[in-house]
Amino acid sequence: MTIRTVFTGLALGAALLTAAATAPSHAAESVKIGDMNSYTRLPAFTVPYKMGLDLAVEHINARGGVLGGRMIEVVSRDDLGKPDEAVKIAEEMFSRDGVALVSGNLFSHVGLALASYAKQKKKLYLASEPLADALVWEKGNRYTFRLRPSTYMQAAMLAEEAAKTGAKRWATIAPNYAYGKEAVAAFKQVLTKLVPDVEFVAEQWPALFKIDAAAEAQALAAANPEAIYNVTFGSDLAKFAREGSLRNLFDGKTMLGLLGGEPEYLDPLKDEAPEGWIVTGYPWYAIETSEHTAFKEAYEKRYGDYPRNGSLVGYNTMLSIAAAIEKAGSTETEALVEAFKGLKLATPVGEITYRAIDHQSTMGAFVGKTAVKDGKGVMVDWSYRDGADYLPSDDEVRALRPAE
Amino acid sequence: MGLLVAQLLAGLANAAALFLVASGLSLIFGVTRIVNFAHGSLYMLGAYCGYTALQYLTGPLGFWAAALAAAVAVGLFGLLVECLILRRLYKAPELFQLVATFGVVLVVQDLTLMLWGAEDLLGPRAPGLDRAVMLFGQPVPEYDLALIAVAPLVLLGLWLLMTKTRAGILIRAATQDREMVGALGINQSLLFSGVFFLGAALAGLGGALQLPKGGADLTLDLGILAPAFVVVVIGGMGSIGGAFVAAVLISVVNVFGVLYLPESTLVLMYVVMAVVLLVRPHGLFGRAELQAGPPAAGIPDRPLAPLGPRWRTAALALIGLLAVLPLIGSDFALVLATDIVVLALFAASLHFMLSLGGLISFGHAALFGGGAYAAALAVTYAETPMELALLLAPLAGGWLAFAIGWFCLRLTGVYFAMLTLAFAQLLWSLAFQWTEVTGGDDGLIGIWPAAWASDGTVYYYLTIVLGGGAILMLRHLAHSPFGYALRAARDSEKRARVSGIRVDRVRLAAMVVSGTMAGLAGGLFVFSKGSVFPSALEIARSFDALIMVFLGGVDALGGPLVGAAALTLLQDWLSRLESWRLLLGLAVIAIVLLAPTGIAGFAGRLLRRREAS
Repeated sequence: MTIRTVFTGLALGAALLTAAATAPSHAAESVKIGDMNSYTRLPAFTVPYKMGLDLAVEHINARGGVLGGRMIEVVSRDDLGKPDEAVKIAEEMFSRDGVALVSGNLFSHVGLALASYAKQKKKLYLASEPLADALVWEKGNRYTFRLRPSTYMQAAMLAEEAAKTGAKRWATIAPNYAYGKEAVAAFKQVLTKLVPDVEFVAEQWPALFKIDAAAEAQALAAANPEAIYNVTFGSDLAKFAREGSLRNLFDGKTMLGLLGGEPEYLDPLKDEAPEGWIVTGYPWYAIETSEHTAFKEAYEKRYGDYPRNGSLVGYNTMLSIAAAIEKAGSTETEALVEAFKGLKLATPVGEITYRAIDHQSTMGAFVGKTAVKDGKGVMVDWSYRDGADYLPSDDEVRALRPAE
Repeated sequence: MGLLVAQLLAGLANAAALFLVASGLSLIFGVTRIVNFAHGSLYMLGAYCGYTALQYLTGPLGFWAAALAAAVAVGLFGLLVECLILRRLYKAPELFQLVATFGVVLVVQDLTLMLWGAEDLLGPRAPGLDRAVMLFGQPVPEYDLALIAVAPLVLLGLWLLMTKTRAGILIRAATQDREMVGALGINQSLLFSGVFFLGAALAGLGGALQLPKGGADLTLDLGILAPAFVVVVIGGMGSIGGAFVAAVLISVVNVFGVLYLPESTLVLMYVVMAVVLLVRPHGLFGRAELQAGPPAAGIPDRPLAPLGPRWRTAALALIGLLAVLPLIGSDFALVLATDIVVLALFAASLHFMLSLGGLISFGHAALFGGGAYAAALAVTYAETPMELALLLAPLAGGWLAFAIGWFCLRLTGVYFAMLTLAFAQLLWSLAFQWTEVTGGDDGLIGIWPAAWASDGTVYYYLTIVLGGGAILMLRHLAHSPFGYALRAARDSEKRARVSGIRVDRVRLAAMVVSGTMAGLAGGLFVFSKGSVFPSALEIARSFDALIMVFLGGVDALGGPLVGAAALTLLQDWLSRLESWRLLLGLAVIAIVLLAPTGIAGFAGRLLRRREAS
C-alpha cells in the first residue's frame, strides 16, 4: 500500500463521515421540545398544565405530527420553582437533548431569568404561564414570546369592571413580590385613568405563602374601604377568605380578585369560596363553544378529570409551538422567531395572535362573578374578554420595550 | 384601641401553633442535643393527619379528638425516626445529625405528596367555634380565643410534667447533664425515645390545631421551621417557658409589623432575634452549655499530611482532565463542570472553618449570596465591568464574614450555628423584601460575563483558574502555621491560649478567609448563570454546603471537591426521576448511617487499609 492509497482512503473515509454527519437524517426524526414547570413547588397549578400539554402532543402526533410526518417529542423537566435551576435545565436541553425551543414555567422570576438566557444565547423561549409584564415589555427581547394574558391585561379587565361599580375608596392586598406589585400597579394605573377621583386608602403586602391572614384582614378593615382588590392566591387566599369572612370584612364591600375564578384558586376553597367577587378565571363547566366542548371532552376522556386553567394554557402552548414550526417550515431558531411574530392559530377559546410588536399573545380571559353552587365555587355572569382589547396602545408599548 | 386589641389577640392566637412546635423542638434539643430540622415536617404531617382524621370525626368533640389523634400519629412517626435513624447518631458530631434530619425533611416531603396529593387542603372550621364575638367593637373569632387558651394550658401541662413527675425530673436532669443521668443507671434510650415522641406529638398537635386558621399544604414544613428556630433561640434552647414567651413576642411583633410596616414583615423576626442574642447570647431563659462535649465536627484521626506521590499524580491527572474537557466533553459537560467547581469552592470555604476551625455555620449561604449580590448590584447599578465585580465579590464576602463573625464568635457550638443562621436569614429577607434595590423575588438578571469571556469555554477556564486557585490557596493555608493554630484552637482552646495563640483572632481570621472564598464562589456563580435570586441566600443553600462537606467527608481535605461533584451529579441524575426528593433523602440518610466518614474519607480508609495489608 502506497502513501497515496492511504491518503485516498483517508480522504474517502472523511468524506463519507462528513456526508453522514451533514445529510438530513430520515424524515421520521422527531422534533424535540423542551418543556419545564414547577411540578414539585406548586403541583396544583402545574400538573394540569402538563396534562394539557401532553394531550395536545397526542392530538398533533395523531394528525401526523409537523413538517410532513415528524412527531413531536417533549423533554419534560421540573424547574423546582428556581430560576437558576431553570437556566441550567435550559442549557442542558439545548446542548444535550437538542431541543428546538424551550417553553413552560409558572413563576415570573423563572420566566424572566429564562428570557434573559434566551436573549444572551439566542435561543427561543415561549413563556407559557409567567405573568410578569416585563417579560414582553421592559425586559422583552427578540427570542422571548408569551402565551398567557399578562398581569396588565388581566388587571385591566378587572379595572374596567371596577370602574363600573362606582366605588371610590379602594384598598389592595397582594403578595409582596414582583407579581403582586405589578398587579396592583397596573390596576391602579388603569382604574385611575378610567375614574380619576378614586382613592387608595390601604395597601397590604403579605409575604408570599406566609400570610398572617387575621392581621391583614383587620388592617384592611381598619382603613374602611368601599372596595378591596385582592391578588393573593393559593393557601394565602384560602386563609384570607376565611379570616376575612369571619371578621365580616367583605360585608357590603365590592370585592375584586385577580385570577380568583380559575379552578386552581376556587376549588380548594370548596363551599367557603367567596361569593360575589368580580374575578378573572376559567369557567370550564359553562363554556359551550364547539371548540371548547371538543377540548373539554377530549381532556375528560383522556384523564377522567376536568380541565383547569393550566390545562388550557398547556394545550395552547403546544398548539402554538406546532403552528409556529409549520409556519417556519423548519426548527431553526431564527426561522421560528420570525414565524412566531404575528402567528395566528385557533385554540379552544378562539383565535389568538402573537403580536409582532411585543411578542404577547392575544389569548384572553373570562371575567365574571363568583358564586357557590352545590358546595363548590363557580363563576357566573361571565364573558370572554379578548386579550387584544386590553393592551396599551402601540406607541406606549414601543416606549416600554427596548429596541432590538 | 379596638384595633390594637384585635391585633394583639390575633398575635396571641398565632403564637399557639408556633409555641407548640417550638416547645417540642426545644424539648428534643434540651435532652438529646439534636437540632431537629425535620420538626417542621412533623408539623406538616400533623396538619395532614388532622385533616384526614376530621373526615371521620365530626362535632365539637370530634374536632379535638381528631387533633389529639393527629398528635399521637405524628408522635409515633417521630418515634420511628428516632429509633431507625437518630438513635444511632447521638454520639456523632452535630453535623451528622443535622444532615440526617434534613434527609428526613426530603423524605417526608415526597411521602406527603404521594399520600395526600398536590392540592392545597383547606382546613375545616372548628365545629362550635366557627363564629366571631365582638370585643371592643371588633369581631374576634371564637377559635382564636380557644387557641389563646390552649397554649397556656399546654405550657401548664408541660410544667406539671416537668416538675411533678419522675419522668419530668429525669428529662430535666438529662437536659442538665445527660452523662450523669446515664451513669446513674437510667435507661437513656427509653428516655430519649419518650422525649422524641412528646416533642413530635406537640409539633403534630400544632399542625392539627392551625387547620381552622389555614389548611394543609406542602410548604408548611419549611415555612414554620425558620420562625420555630427563631423562637427556640430567643427563648433559650431547652427552655419551654422561654419558648412560650418568645412565641408570643415574635407573633405579636409580626401582627403589628403587618399594621405598621406591611412590606418588611419577614425582616422583623430576625432583627428581634439578633437584638436579643446581642444582649443575652444564650437567649432569654437559656444557660450556657454546661458540658463542653466533643469538638463539634469530630477529630481527625491523623494529622494533616501533604499529598503522597500517588495522590499528587492523581491531582495532576484531574487538573489535566479539567484542562482538556472542552475538547472532549459536550457543552453541557462544561456547564456541569463549571457548576461543580463553583460549588466545590463554596464547600471548601465552609470546610475550612468547619473542619479546621470546628466552627459549624448553618448560614454559610450569607457569604456566598453576599458575594453574589455584591457583584450583581455593582453590575446593575454602577455598570461595573465583570473583572472588577469579580474582585468585589470576595471582598464583600470577607467583610460580611468579619461582621457576622464579630457578633457570632462570642458563642460556641449550636448557639454559634443558630446565630449564623439568623444572620443569613436576615440577609435573605432583605434580598427578598427590599424589592426596590434587590428586585426581590425577581432577582437581578442580565449579569453576563464580559464579551471576551461570554463564550462557555472561556468562562469555564476562567472558573477553573480562579476557583481552582482559591481551593489550592485554602489547602495551602491549612498546612500553614495559621491552619495549625486554627486546629489547635479547635482541639484544645485552653492549651492553644497558653501556647500564645490568640484564639478569637485566629477564628475571626478563619471566618474572613472562608467568607472571601465563599464570596468569590458567589461572584463566579452570578456570571455563569447571568442572574442572582434570593435563593442564593436561603436556608437550602446553606444546607447544600453542609451536605457537600458531609458527603465528601468532614475530615478529608479533598472532601469538598468530591462532595460538590457528588451532589451536582446526584441532583442532576435524580431530578429527572419522579420522586427525586425521596431518593435523595434516603441516599443522604444511608450515607450518614453507613459511611459517616463521607465518600473521600471512605475511599481514603479503603486505600490506607490496602496499603497497610
